Amino acid sequence: MKTLSILLAGLSAFSATAGAALPKDQLGSPMFGYVGKQVFGENAVVRFDPRVKVDFPKIAENQRSFPVQVDARGIPDVMRIVIFADMNPIQQSIDFTLANAEPFIATRIKLDQRTPVRGAVQLKDGSWLVSGGWIDAAGGGCSAPPVSRVKGDWAQHLGESRGRLWESAGAARIMLSFRHPMDTGFVDNIPAYYLEQIKVTSSGGSAIGTVHMQASVAEDPVLTLMPKIKPGESVSFDGRDTNGIEYAGTLTAATVNAAVQGAGR
Amino acid sequence: MPVVAAAFQYGLKPEVVADGIWVVRGADDAILMGNGGAIANVTILDTADGAVLVDAGPSLRYGTELTALAKKLTGKPVARVYLTHLHPDHTYGDAAFQPPQIAGTPALIAELKSEGPGFSDGMYRLLGDWMRGTELHIPGHVIATPSETIGGRTLRLLALAGHSGADLAIYDEATRTLIAGDLVFHDRAPSTPHADLPHWRTSLDTLKGLGQLRVIPGHGPIDSTPHAAIDQTRDWIDWIDMALTDAIQAGLDPVEAGEIAIPPRFTAMKAARYELQRSVSHFYPGLEERSLPLVGKRA
Repeated sequence: MKTLSILLAGLSAFSATAGAALPKDQLGSPMFGYVGKQVFGENAVVRFDPRVKVDFPKIAENQRSFPVQVDARGIPDVMRIVIFADMNPIQQSIDFTLANAEPFIATRIKLDQRTPVRGAVQLKDGSWLVSGGWIDAAGGGCSAPPVSRVKGDWAQHLGESRGRLWESAGAARIMLSFRHPMDTGFVDNIPAYYLEQIKVTSSGGSAIGTVHMQASVAEDPVLTLMPKIKPGESVSFDGRDTNGIEYAGTLTAATVNAAVQGAGR
Repeated sequence: MPVVAAAFQYGLKPEVVADGIWVVRGADDAILMGNGGAIANVTILDTADGAVLVDAGPSLRYGTELTALAKKLTGKPVARVYLTHLHPDHTYGDAAFQPPQIAGTPALIAELKSEGPGFSDGMYRLLGDWMRGTELHIPGHVIATPSETIGGRTLRLLALAGHSGADLAIYDEATRTLIAGDLVFHDRAPSTPHADLPHWRTSLDTLKGLGQLRVIPGHGPIDSTPHAAIDQTRDWIDWIDMALTDAIQAGLDPVEAGEIAIPPRFTAMKAARYELQRSVSHFYPGLEERSLPLVGKRA
């Protein structure tokens, strides 16, 4: 009898660490069970952890382009960062596999209604830490046509990329933006068409990381990353969209153009 | 039942500004269920031919209450409603009036036709039953002269721009009061969804030199001085311009740009953080395009 209870205790301990069930959602989302399985897979170990800092504005001024930042620099051994919004028709927007980079990413996503916006990090041991919050938003972020489709100029600017590297002691940063319609496939008869992968490498040849995107990333996607590079190194990117078009370029710590205009249009 | 009915009454309260001129103050906040969208200031003027309104509030319910209030204050029906600009917190209450009563500049009429109805979904989503029956009316009285005289009261009509593509400011000659619309905010942070900052500055320069004794801003308390609120509005938009330009130059992402410190001189300003974050959304894409070098083209 004693043996049996020890055995049972062992089993239950095993099932707790194996985490067959997701933890109770801190945000009370009706979709967490479903989305959690999609993002983390079956039997993943998932914990809520406020050290995963998921930050965004208090107001979704533009539901087509909502800024989100995930900063997990307080956590060791982060291998991967994902961003997802439970109530979006395309829940996951970003899947960032880190190499020589700080566990940090900022981008802009579409919002289709009031939803939790979450960041999750996967550690070396395969477990996940999650955090996030609710944001209220008007509908249509994923189901409204991209502005460039309405204007009709998307093809002229497709693939134009802009970016810059900021070098500062121990915390370099890149900002990289692309002109791309990021079509979700939910509008008119336009099929899904989006930038799906961007790989970032230092000029010294070391991998910084790879960002996989879904069409729930905002039109004209922007990424901010914190590469770990040596002084004087530049950063290159190459990527492709779902039509197989390839994009590449190099970011340098460019001298700032003397005549930068202000915020006025 | 009476409780529910009371929940959708604005209970508009006028403040006396000067002889024959009142303002119904808006809540110095965002459009929220709790304030029914009544965040903009609305001005009521008395003339021999009837009441003149500047802006109409956010909803049919508001416009209807406003009509009753104007009647109570002036003893006359509403002769004319001037709309200052396209934003729904100022215009949607015009549902309570007929198009010939509603006046707008040609530029504003064009904007209301193209963009006006588009605010409807958002307003109904945020305000629910407050909005019942509200349908924007397009002005039928086209402003074509630099001033209009109604029942002996002469109003100078200044067709400007900057807060939006078409901003009307009105100068009441009898009391030397400037009714500035949203070109001027006071102790409530300016909003920028359709702003053009260089044009806005030019318009503020114009407004400063009209000879007014006081200013009724679009949002916030009446300014009993000639230009303190004008200067404050300019200070804020200059700060937003400089701060966001600095933010992009420092490599801040828009989340961080929305969290920068707001200078102590703006401490008393309501909705400052909220409007800063909105302005980041309005201006950051353009700033990025102008300040980030082109690093790649499609192969």
